[in-house]
Order: sequence, then structure tokens, then C-alpha cells
Amino acid sequence: MNLPFEVRVAIASILVSLFFASVVSLTLKWRHPQRDFTELRERVRTWWVIVGFFSAALFVSPAAAVCFFAFVSFLALKEFLSMTPTRRSDRRVLFYAYLSIIAQYYFAATSWYGMFIVFIPVLMFVWLPTRMLMMGQTDGFLRAAGSLHWALMITVFSLSHVAFLLKFQVAAEPRIGPDFPSSDAITYPGSGLLLFLVLLTELNDIFQYLWGKSLGTRKVAPSISPGKTYAGLIGGVATTVVFAWVVGPRLTIMDDTRSLIVGIIIGMAGFAGDLCMSAVKRDLNIKDFGATLPGHGGVLDRVDSLIFTAPLFFHFIYYTYG
Amino acid sequence: MRPIMMVVLGTNVRRREWLPSEGPALIVANHNSHLDVFALMNILGLSRLRHVRPVAAGDYFLTRPLRRWFSTRIVGILPIDRTKTKRDCDGKHPLEPISEVLRAGGIVLLFPEGTRGEPEKLESFQTGVAHLAKRHPDVPITPVFMHGLGKALPKGETLLVPFFCDVFVGEPLNSTLPKKEFMNQLDTAFSKLSEELPVQTW
Repeated sequence: MNLPFEVRVAIASILVSLFFASVVSLTLKWRHPQRDFTELRERVRTWWVIVGFFSAALFVSPAAAVCFFAFVSFLALKEFLSMTPTRRSDRRVLFYAYLSIIAQYYFAATSWYGMFIVFIPVLMFVWLPTRMLMMGQTDGFLRAAGSLHWALMITVFSLSHVAFLLKFQVAAEPRIGPDFPSSDAITYPGSGLLLFLVLLTELNDIFQYLWGKSLGTRKVAPSISPGKTYAGLIGGVATTVVFAWVVGPRLTIMDDTRSLIVGIIIGMAGFAGDLCMSAVKRDLNIKDFGATLPGHGGVLDRVDSLIFTAPLFFHFIYYTYG
Repeated sequence: MRPIMMVVLGTNVRRREWLPSEGPALIVANHNSHLDVFALMNILGLSRLRHVRPVAAGDYFLTRPLRRWFSTRIVGILPIDRTKTKRDCDGKHPLEPISEVLRAGGIVLLFPEGTRGEPEKLESFQTGVAHLAKRHPDVPITPVFMHGLGKALPKGETLLVPFFCDVFVGEPLNSTLPKKEFMNQLDTAFSKLSEELPVQTW
């Protein structure tokens, strides 16, 4: 019973809307039997799997949720390393990169903020190139060290902020007084924040897509992602802000003002994160990072926006209430 | 092995439906790692697993007791002696064990490079597969190109580093061609499949 009432309600409403999406996709298929809706249906079906695992992990225990996100990081790192060229001599270095997932999520699970925040950007940043030196191969050294550190930053460091949110506790004297939505939220403010972040980031993706699809003409970055339009960006951010403003005070400890600010942060950062991963994929000459999630591509294709929104949201909350 | 293959490594399979649904069938694949066999068996699935026999080097897998026990009892390899290329004194063709399995309706996995070799480099194919095609013109021969496992566990390494593995299934080959044309066909099939990979420059 670690989830406050409002988090349970939120998860229930996600399941209801997913059920609604399934009904719509089935109706579409039944109404237009000649058109192909395989991708839409695959996408919805995979959403069920994602939401199922996600909420099951949250319901079981905070430790289970941390393990779940560690596993997501592992899959994302594996996708990234499988897609980027790596030097054969660096096999052992890559192994250390995988091991760092365990350490980083341990620091998140034990709320060891100091280590959590320096482990990858400082310690791994120093250690991995040092280990590479021992191989004695200088060909492509900068590229190998750079892309490996990028891999760790996006797939492990960024995503582990989601797990740390779960353990978030309001400080004795926060800058802004928190607005607890329920009495349970005083002991567990983190799960509401986590759900808010993930929900808003994913909805922002969907809003931007829908706005862009329905009235987008002028492209934001035609050379990186031809699907992104100004209408999608502006409409998406606006919808996300409204949504954050409505959901924020009811689900989390944030008041109206903080919810609005966070809505803007998530809207803009989600767009940038999505675009950034598109640029990486363009650079690597691939369409998707993998095929783990039918209808979505790889795990990285699904969490691309979260890579930017998670650390920004976390540090906003940490600054305000921590 | 199956959970390890799915969780630690993971495979991206293209055109899984082109794999033979039942035996007799011959699957030829490039060889980079000990994991290749498990990746293929994993993709073929439990229902077909009983009939799957991977062809392996007898001179390597039968030498040490533990290796011998694991490869014959657990994996169910079909050992072939690589040192023998001619018919021996009792007149048995060196590829006869494979033919027996094919006649019994089994699915044979064959790595025509004959060795794991340098990771992720395609060695030239041995001609044994052409002989098999000639002996069994009715058996479909499906080429399968695999990439990534040579990075996860290359020859001579014991540390397994997780990587995704790409598996591209190709169209069945034409078994009626004479030896030289057949080998050309095999080369073309694999170079075509390997072109599907994203370009990696370093």
C-alpha cells in the first residue's frame, strides 16, 4: 500500500483511456475493413504491455519500480551500443558501462543524492577513458569515449532520475510550501511526481503528433525530422501546459504556478529530446533503435523525450521542494 | 539458454515467416560466435526444437569431456570431422550423417564458413553445402545472415557483453544449380542480406 489515493485514481484513468483507445482502433478496423490499421493496433497493444508492467511495478513496491526502470535503462543502453559503432578492444569497457546501471540505481534506491549525481557525470567520465587507455588503442579514442559517455548519460543517468523521483522527500524547509493532495502524499510524494512526469511526457508526444498531423504545414527542422511542424510544437506545448495545470495540483505536491512552469518545461524539453534522438538516428543512418516494442520501435524510441524531461523536471522539483 | 538469449541479448529478426516451418530443411548461416546456434534455436522456437540439429566440428566439440557432454546431450549437435574430406575406407561420404538427418525429416543448421573466425567478418564458404544441395534437391535451403553476436562473445573470449543481434532471413536457394553457380548464389544471397545492415564506419 505504498501508492497514495490520487496515484491509484490516475493509474485507473490511464487504463480506462487505454481501453477507450483499444475500442477506437477496433472500431476503425471494423468500419474500414479495406484499410490497414496493423501499426495502430500494434501500437495500442504495446501500450497495454508498457502500462501493465509500469503500473504493476509501481503497485508491488518502490524497490520493484526501481528495478523496472533499471531494466529499461539496460535495454536502452543495449540498443544504443548495438546501433553505434564500437571498437572491438573496448569490450571490457562496455562491460563496465553495463555494470554502472546497478550502481546508479542503487544510489537512486537508497536516496544517496551525492553519489547519484556525480557517479556517471564525474566518476564514470574519468574511469571509462582510463580503462580504455589500458587497451593502448588510440585510433578513434575520442569518438569511442565520447559516444560511450553519451550512451551512459542518456540511457542510465537521465532515466535514473525517474527512479529517484520515487524516493523524493520534501525537505524540512523547502523554498515553496508543498500542497499535499492527500494525507498519504505526505509520506509518499514521489509516486505522484513520477506518474506526473511520465504521463505528461508521453501525452506531450501524442499531443504534438496529433496537432502536427491535423494542421501542421511549416516544418521546424526538416533536415532532422520532417514530421515536426510549428503547429505540432505550439499546439502540443499548449495542450501539455493546460493538462499539467489541471492534473498537477490534483496528483502532485505542486501548486498551480509550479504546474504551469513544469508544463512548459516538459513540453519544450520533450520536443527537444525527441528531436535530438532523431538526429542521432539520422547520424547512424537508422530508422529505429530496435524492434523490442512492436509499433513503437525500440525502447529508446519510446523514452526519447523522457531523456530530456526527466532530469529537468527532477531538478526543478529538487530546487523547489528539496 | 532461452531466457539469456531473450533478456541479455535480444534479437531483431526480419522475415521470420520465411524460415521453414518443418523438416526436412537446411538452414545455412554465417558463423561468428558460440551464441549463433542458440540464437537460431531461439528463433526457431520450442515447437521445432526437437527436430533441429546443428552441424558442428567434431574435432573441436568432442575433444573435452564437459564440452562433449554439453554439445551432444544438451544442444544435440551433429558432429562432422573437418579433417576428413574424402570418403573413408568403408565408403561412407563425410556428409552422410547430415543426409541421414535430412532423410529423417530433421532441420539441419549448417555454418558453411566452417569456423567462427574473425568476429563479424564473412569467411569464404566451404563447398559442402553445394554437395548437400546436389544430394537433396528437394530440401529447401534457407540462408540466414546474423550480425552482432560476434561482438557479444567473439572467438577466444569468455566475457559476455550484451548486444542486440540482427537476424535477416533470406529467400530459399535454388538447389538445382551446379556446384560453382550454387556457391555464387550463396555468396550473393549473403552479401545482399548483409547490405540491409545500417552502415557502420568504425
